[in-house]
Amino acid sequence: MVTSNSLVYLIALPLLGATILLLAGRRADKWGHLLATLMSASSFAVGLYQLSAMLGRSNEERAISQKLFSWINVASFQVDAGLLLDQLSICFVLLITGVGTLIHVYSISYMAHDENRRRFFAYLNLFVAAMLLLVLGDSYLNLYVGWEGVGLASYLLIGFWNQKPAYATASKKAFVMNRIGDMGLSFAIMIAFATLGTVSFVGVKEASHSASQTALTAIGIMLLVAATGKSAQFPLQAWLGDAMAGPTPVSALIHAATMVTAGVYLIVRSNFIFDAAPTAQLLVVIVGAITLLFGALVGTAKDDIKKALAASTMSQIGYMVLGAGLGPAGYAFAIMHLLTHGFFKAGMFLGAGSVMHGMNDTVDMRKYGALRKFMPITFVTFGLGYLAIIGVPPFAGFYSKDLIIETAFNAGGAKGIILGGAALLGAAITAFYMSRVMILTFTSPQRWDNDVHPHESPILMWLPMAILAIGSVTSGFLFARGDALAQWLQPVFGEHGAEHSEVHLLSPIVVSAMALVAVAIGVAIAVIKYQLSEVAATAPENVSIFTRIARKDLLQDSFNEAVFMRPGQALTRVLVKGDDVVIDGAVRGIGRTALGAGSALRTSQTGFARSYAALILIGAVALIAGIWVVTQ
Amino acid sequence: MLTIQTPETILFWVLAPLSVLAALGMLLVKKAVHSALLLAFVMITLAIFYIAQDALFLGIVQIVVYTGAVMMLFLFILMLVGVDASDSLTETIRGLRPIAITAAIGFGGLMISLIARAKLGHGAFGLAEANKDGNVQGLAKLLFSDYVFPFEVISALLITAALGAMVLAHHQRTSAKPTQREQSIARFRQGTLGTAAGLPSPGVFARHNAVDVPALLPDGTPAPNSISATLKARGDILETSQFELGEVDKTVKEEK
Amino acid sequence: MNPYNYLYVAGLLFTIGAIGVVVRRNAIVVFMCIELMLNAANLTLVTFARINGTLEGQVTAFFTMVVAACEVVVGLAIIVTIYRSRRSASIDDASLLKR
Repeated sequence: MVTSNSLVYLIALPLLGATILLLAGRRADKWGHLLATLMSASSFAVGLYQLSAMLGRSNEERAISQKLFSWINVASFQVDAGLLLDQLSICFVLLITGVGTLIHVYSISYMAHDENRRRFFAYLNLFVAAMLLLVLGDSYLNLYVGWEGVGLASYLLIGFWNQKPAYATASKKAFVMNRIGDMGLSFAIMIAFATLGTVSFVGVKEASHSASQTALTAIGIMLLVAATGKSAQFPLQAWLGDAMAGPTPVSALIHAATMVTAGVYLIVRSNFIFDAAPTAQLLVVIVGAITLLFGALVGTAKDDIKKALAASTMSQIGYMVLGAGLGPAGYAFAIMHLLTHGFFKAGMFLGAGSVMHGMNDTVDMRKYGALRKFMPITFVTFGLGYLAIIGVPPFAGFYSKDLIIETAFNAGGAKGIILGGAALLGAAITAFYMSRVMILTFTSPQRWDNDVHPHESPILMWLPMAILAIGSVTSGFLFARGDALAQWLQPVFGEHGAEHSEVHLLSPIVVSAMALVAVAIGVAIAVIKYQLSEVAATAPENVSIFTRIARKDLLQDSFNEAVFMRPGQALTRVLVKGDDVVIDGAVRGIGRTALGAGSALRTSQTGFARSYAALILIGAVALIAGIWVVTQ
Repeated sequence: MLTIQTPETILFWVLAPLSVLAALGMLLVKKAVHSALLLAFVMITLAIFYIAQDALFLGIVQIVVYTGAVMMLFLFILMLVGVDASDSLTETIRGLRPIAITAAIGFGGLMISLIARAKLGHGAFGLAEANKDGNVQGLAKLLFSDYVFPFEVISALLITAALGAMVLAHHQRTSAKPTQREQSIARFRQGTLGTAAGLPSPGVFARHNAVDVPALLPDGTPAPNSISATLKARGDILETSQFELGEVDKTVKEEK
Repeated sequence: MNPYNYLYVAGLLFTIGAIGVVVRRNAIVVFMCIELMLNAANLTLVTFARINGTLEGQVTAFFTMVVAACEVVVGLAIIVTIYRSRRSASIDDASLLKR
């Protein structure tokens, strides 16, 4: 493998930015945001350079690596801190640094009135560095370092305005649920080391040929747990809605484009494990399918624009996980959807931020309406993202989503029909609720009061949105044309990728037609319900039971509380009580015993020499009696 | 092998019960002086036992050192502390007497039965062989060869003990010794002037100055304060009347 | 006669001395009872010297006597000192070390 010396700069530049901004303190307030954006942009430039270099090399030599230092060197466990840049990683690197830089630019204007703007940019840079480490790590352990780093950055950024207790709680919730996923990754690494003897990607790929089915299934399931935690899949999805407590750029960067896609990266990177463990792969598609529908259903009932977009993210990542679980046929399409999603979802989040900025930071869509006239640029960019997500040709989502639906059907048998059907249903519901968002925000009649003055955002905010909109329009076509992305990624998925069958149960035209019909139905229902009828300014109370359940996130929080939180708190109380009564009681009891024994023994100190002499005599008698008995 | 001759047997059976009785007596008598004398008796019997058992040197040392020096030392201290001191029979610490007696009797009983049970593995040898050059010579041979180190250590101990006794008995004055002048002033400053000039010393001058004759007060009556309390308690005061002169010849003879 | 008879006598004397130490209140009489115990031990040593046929028991008895003499010297000096300050020879009166 070709080694390089410049990979480390990808990570080092944003990390340097974060360090400078955190250490310099208030002195950096005037120029901190500019430095951070510059660092992010430089990292993007290095990434572009690496891409051009990679394009110039032949297929076998495209992957390059750089060893930073020898990290763990213990008998049979050797792990180096090293970086690996192959065709898969470069996609992510460009996505992270590109979208990241755009969001840095957006934040200069969005956070202009916040006095802690410098700290915000430090955390953003920290996040970019950690996420790059995640995708560039050459072993599961190095990936884990980046994994933890993005979890930390997410916690810091969600709780950025932690003066509000609700936001602090939301960041804690996100961190704790991520932690459960992290445990899964730890276990996977431990099992990999115990059964395969190595944790580097290259090593595990080699060893997976001769490993036992149970070991690989166990590793696969643990990796799936990790992915569900980080990517907010069922059953660890409850934190994503609350994570919208962070500033909108954070939601756009972390919880739409990059961090939540880390789980998909993990699954795709571990393709050799999942391909060899069908049980784990089946679980992956099940999780993907369930989450796809879960997110879609929750999104239909949300009046908060950011929470609706969050539910949409959850659902779209469900598509990606579904695609990744379909085996070699689906990996490339999952990545394609991931990249296109990065464009349109980040663009829509930035648009939501723009709307909030113009509407005095209100998030309730029932207070919006007719913003098309007042925010035209936002309307256009958001609209292009909307068309992309619902899958209207020739926009990005059409290509990526339809390919996933097609691959699902092609899996064959009952599995194929169930998965394909679920994906189609998800597409329909997605069309419905995204149209709802569009209508309620931009096209329905005005529902806001006269003290609100909606206005277009400044250029530093709409320029990134526009660039992302261009991506939403063109990226799908560019990735799918002639299987460009699939060919590009094919060396990563190894020999398994080469042997995937070209079975087409349904021709692509049929699948696309079914998808478009589903989309049309969804849009139509939304138009009828919201555009053509009156929309209440406050959420109506007497709604059906389904709406109520959907408003409560399909009871995810109630379930978590009942099954985990309350028993956990009860257990804590029992343990505290036990510690107090049993352990502290034992310690206090020892003290009391010592005191009691001391007081009892003190009575023998009478001060009379004769009683002491009597005691000596009694002792001597005991001694003689002992000798008498022993020599019997 | 040792065979004990009849004289020794008789000696033993006479003196052993006596010594035990004397020891019991030492335990039970009230006056401390009597205890000391009974202990001296026990020690002399023990000395006789030592001599009977061919420990000639030790027997003489027992009489000279133990009975002669140590017991006399005890008697001196008793006199210093108070010969009249006698313990009351009631016990102040509850339950001590029964416990002590039980424990000691148990101790004695166990020891005696142990001794009765013990077997040395050989009969009694007797000291005829060891004493063939004489008991003193035999002891000296052991003392200055095998046991010379304990010997030296014990001599150091003796010196230490003597020093210790001197240190303990040393009476350090905390204030200056009162001079004659101060003592005289103090006498005259007392409540009454009765003893300002000091107590009269015993004895009627010119006729008898022994300690058992009381001095005469100015009006001719005997002064009981001039006799020591011990003699008074014993009733050893002599009458002064026998020393009084008869009629004094009051004629004055001219000297030519 | 059994040469072990002397040992029984010594045992009896020792027991009597032990009772005396605990029962009597006058400090000097207590001391005398301790002397009685030491003498009983000496008798045992001399008897065993005779039984074993060596003079080592007598040497040990000699040393014991010397030590006892030293002990008497110092002990009586202590009693005198205590008497000087307390004017009492009863050992029950020196009970300041009670709890």
